Amino acid sequence: MREEVIIRVGAKFLAPFIIMFALYVHFHGDYSPGGGFQAGVILAAAFALLALVYGLEAVQKVLPLRFTRMCAALGVLIFAGVGVVTMLLGHNYLGYNALASDPTHPEHGQHYGILLVELGVLVTVFGVMVTVFYLFAGRGRRGS
Amino acid sequence: MSVHLPVLQVVVPLLAAPLCAFLRNARAAAIVAVLASWTALAIALSLLGDVMSAGVISYAIGDWAPPIGIEYRVDIVNAWVLVIVATIASAVAPYMITSVEDEVERRRIPLFYAAYLLCLCGLLGIAITGDVFNVFVFLEISSLSAYALIAMGTRRRALTAAFRYLIMGSVGATFIVIGIGLLYVMTGSLNMADLAVLLPEVWDSRTVKVAYGFLGVGFCLKLALFPLHLWLPNAYAFAPSSVTAFMASTATKVAVYMLLRFFLTIFGAPFSFGVMALDRVLLPLALVAIVSMSLVAIFQVDVKRLLAYSSVAQIGYMILGLSFASVTGLTATLLHLFNHALMKGALFMALGCVVYRIGSVHIDAMAGLGRRMPFTMAAFVVGGLSLVGVPLTVGFVSKWFLILGALERGWWPVAVIVLLTSVLALVYVWRVVEAAYFRPYEGDEGDEGAGEAPWSLLAPTWVLVGANLYFGMNAVRTAQVAERAAEVLMTGVGP
Repeated sequence: MREEVIIRVGAKFLAPFIIMFALYVHFHGDYSPGGGFQAGVILAAAFALLALVYGLEAVQKVLPLRFTRMCAALGVLIFAGVGVVTMLLGHNYLGYNALASDPTHPEHGQHYGILLVELGVLVTVFGVMVTVFYLFAGRGRRGS
Repeated sequence: MSVHLPVLQVVVPLLAAPLCAFLRNARAAAIVAVLASWTALAIALSLLGDVMSAGVISYAIGDWAPPIGIEYRVDIVNAWVLVIVATIASAVAPYMITSVEDEVERRRIPLFYAAYLLCLCGLLGIAITGDVFNVFVFLEISSLSAYALIAMGTRRRALTAAFRYLIMGSVGATFIVIGIGLLYVMTGSLNMADLAVLLPEVWDSRTVKVAYGFLGVGFCLKLALFPLHLWLPNAYAFAPSSVTAFMASTATKVAVYMLLRFFLTIFGAPFSFGVMALDRVLLPLALVAIVSMSLVAIFQVDVKRLLAYSSVAQIGYMILGLSFASVTGLTATLLHLFNHALMKGALFMALGCVVYRIGSVHIDAMAGLGRRMPFTMAAFVVGGLSLVGVPLTVGFVSKWFLILGALERGWWPVAVIVLLTSVLALVYVWRVVEAAYFRPYEGDEGDEGAGEAPWSLLAPTWVLVGANLYFGMNAVRTAQVAERAAEVLMTGVGP
């Protein structure tokens, strides 16, 4: 597909919007359908689209396999880390009320907490999705 | 910080797992895994102490009060299972350092430890949580990482073994989640203590009975009860040695715990034994498992497979204890969870030492090893004696309580079967002993390869062997804990 002008331009044009939409789904996840998992998949889809059109090597220059693998582990650290932070702030594990900046409105903490935890989900899902895509797409090359 | 111990039990390995994945160095990842396992044991022991003296501990995740939020609820039964899993993890993790370097591709080793820690986290999570859906989530965490661990075995057949386990395990997990879903439909609750209160009102409904059936089949697949055990021998035979030692002594034990927890605490002993006749369903299956799998084990030539079939038979003993539907029977089940973990851990670790030196556990390849690897084979002999149930070993304690339970019900033929199958165990253990001690070494006499295993493998193995002997001679404490846990299960005083 490298020679198809419409597809090349179209993919380039669509990719930023897909990434934007992923972030929208994430940050709006507490008010509307969506959340970290869906956002992670959509974000991964943007890179899968670019890889299909421009080739695996071109995308891996921007987003190396090593980085996506680290993402998969990093998300778990973010998720579990939020829980540890709330614990250090004197609440129970994942007690988001601890995160509120204004103690008279602890419900704000719930908002920040769920966004942070879902960010962890986003990072892990994105990392795993792209890693799986890379491994399947790269099968048969260099014996991997 | 001590109020947070229930959640730290799960969070420590959960945080250590991604940490291992970040590390590039195999040794550094190994040290993280060992430290996390030892911390888990310290937490589990302290929880058991607290529960024994102060009663049930409840912890509300995210400050949401149960039954709305997820509750971690520790009673004697949970704490006992946590101690079993963490004890084995603490012995196997240091053993992994040398064993895994030998058997797993070097660049995958940090990821191996990450998978191991996730598996540990899942098993501990199943044991500690008081929320049925949370059980399913942790079950998936532990199972998925277990499939990956098994697939890292040296032989290519490890892949098919892991795939087969994946299919069977997923069927089991699906059945369990269907059962949980049906319970949720009927009661609107996922909290175990809450379910135990709500379920008696809807006992008569067919949905609850169907849920019971789905859960039962799912658990029996996971714990490899006789007709549903087909995934187990290959998975154990082809996994890396340290993984076999870990899985054989923890994964099926936790599955037995799930069965006990769901059927005795949530549904309650009156429903399980009175309405559903669980004891009459499980008794024949357990007996067939014990007899047939012991016979199959006798004819195995791969010693790892031999022990795997023996594991299926031993699971039969655990289920047999449950089918007595009495406190003594359950005490035997709970004791055997711990005791079998100790003996199979020691045996599989001794086999791992053999694999490290001669690269095979075929019974012919082990000829003459008694002289070349005296400490390894001595460990195997003690573990084997424990499996048979010789006095002064933990195996004897389990058998004692089992026979006590059988006689209490007046089922003396069952007691006779338990004694006779001990002889079968003696036969398959003897085959290995005969090869190792009474047949000449077949390799080159000057061969350096078949010396004694390094102390880094022997030390953890002998720790478990020592535990086999110690708890065999000093069974009062373990029996006390198991008996109190059995009483909790039978009376159904909330989870």
